[in-house]
Amino acid sequence: MADKTTFKFTAEHEWLDIDGNTATIGITDFAADKLGDVVFVELPKVGSSIQSGKVVGEIESTKSVGELFAPVDGTVVAANGEVTGRPELVNEDPFGAGWMIRIEVADATVFDSAELMDFDAYVALVGE
Amino acid sequence: MSDSPAQERPSDERLSPLHQIHVDGGATFTDFAGWQMPVSYGSDLAEHHAVRNAAGMFDISHMAEIGVTGPQAIEFLEYALAGKMSNLALMQAKYSLLLDENAGIIDDLIVYHNAEGEYLIVANAGNHDPVVEALTARAAGFDVRVEDRSDTTALIAVQGPRALEILEVTDGFEIMDGQASLRDVKYYWTTAARFNGNSVYIARTGYTGEDGFELYLDTKDAPELWHALMRAGEPFGLIPAGLASRDTLRLEAGMPLYGHELGRDILPAQAGLARAVHFTKDGDFVGRAAAEAGPPAGARVLVGLTSEGRRAGRAGYPVLHEGAVVGTVTSGALSPTLGHPIAMAFVDPEFSAPGTDLDIDVRGTSVPTTVTALPFYKREKN
Repeated sequence: MADKTTFKFTAEHEWLDIDGNTATIGITDFAADKLGDVVFVELPKVGSSIQSGKVVGEIESTKSVGELFAPVDGTVVAANGEVTGRPELVNEDPFGAGWMIRIEVADATVFDSAELMDFDAYVALVGE
Repeated sequence: MSDSPAQERPSDERLSPLHQIHVDGGATFTDFAGWQMPVSYGSDLAEHHAVRNAAGMFDISHMAEIGVTGPQAIEFLEYALAGKMSNLALMQAKYSLLLDENAGIIDDLIVYHNAEGEYLIVANAGNHDPVVEALTARAAGFDVRVEDRSDTTALIAVQGPRALEILEVTDGFEIMDGQASLRDVKYYWTTAARFNGNSVYIARTGYTGEDGFELYLDTKDAPELWHALMRAGEPFGLIPAGLASRDTLRLEAGMPLYGHELGRDILPAQAGLARAVHFTKDGDFVGRAAAEAGPPAGARVLVGLTSEGRRAGRAGYPVLHEGAVVGTVTSGALSPTLGHPIAMAFVDPEFSAPGTDLDIDVRGTSVPTTVTALPFYKREKN
């Protein structure tokens, strides 16, 4: 399993595991805990293009609805069918089996954007 | 994700007498009417299923408790509340409504006839102030004392099919002389006990659609009772449960929640609560004339909605008929017990008959739904 301390994070509580021009994206344990038990996940189709800041997916718990935002512009190259079938994976393993989508970007330097935090900055943000 | 990070706590937040126990138990908290209350202790779904299949224990000490005593207590309650109170037997409980002059609902509440000449009213935490104010104002002219006991009263609910067994084996309970044993307390009846010598008032009431008990006691005694119940209940599958599961449980049971299905702009008949208004009782009561006149023709009425799939309608989502808005969802969730989405909604009366096919606008997607008689879930009675 990937080491979350090497991930980048958004203020909307998504994590990105970056590998060259691609990034695997999910929501953080903090976000999963806040939502409560996730019971429904809707993800974008493979091949669809996503725009930074736009809603690309929905994560519903028994009590509320969370949205998955695109952290950068890119193209969806994989969506986790496992997590749409078993939404509880988001709670059980948010940084691993509960991943949501993998995206590809034209230029890897977008990941250096100031909008993304490193692990320490994210921990400071959520105060845990 | 759109959830905001932890925010600064307001200095006037209220804490339950059991707060530290919840912190130690790993609860996540939410602000509910100014109180920091547990949402869940890990998995709200597990808590929901525990209540349906074994038992769950809720801290609902945030609720408002108001004592009514005095020679004219019955006359006062008959005037102040919409339900008939004069036939409430000693140790009996009754669901009732506090109406305003326009028959709008100030709150729904339970009245307990907890002692000779004494009544206990339990109201929603969010309506503590308006309820206390209305009752105090309405007491003028009656020989009665209205006493707010919310600050000194803790409330623990043990809910689920194993609740009775759990209470029966909890150390330290002693039913008071002449009072019913737990087993003999019927639904919406009560008994009085001591726990380690201190008074506990026990009601067979709840907000989950399961059998269960609600235990009222002094705040200082609450932690000890919580621990004793948990020790006794663990072998039966008892776990602590938070407000998230309480909400899905009450929704499945078709029970209204103030601010969602009930409000000042909603008349009892619209919410299916005409039975809680006693039009044949003698004398006047606040809201009587307006309640008798009823809602205007065409006023929306509360219905249940069931859908297939997993996308739930949520509070505020439009209800559609052939693309036209005919109502609004007031509460909705994917039912943990039933496995499909359920919702309550106010809809135009012509679309309120069970079996009517409608749609819910779920964030831009029309999800088919069918009007269904409430409740969605009913426990099997033994």
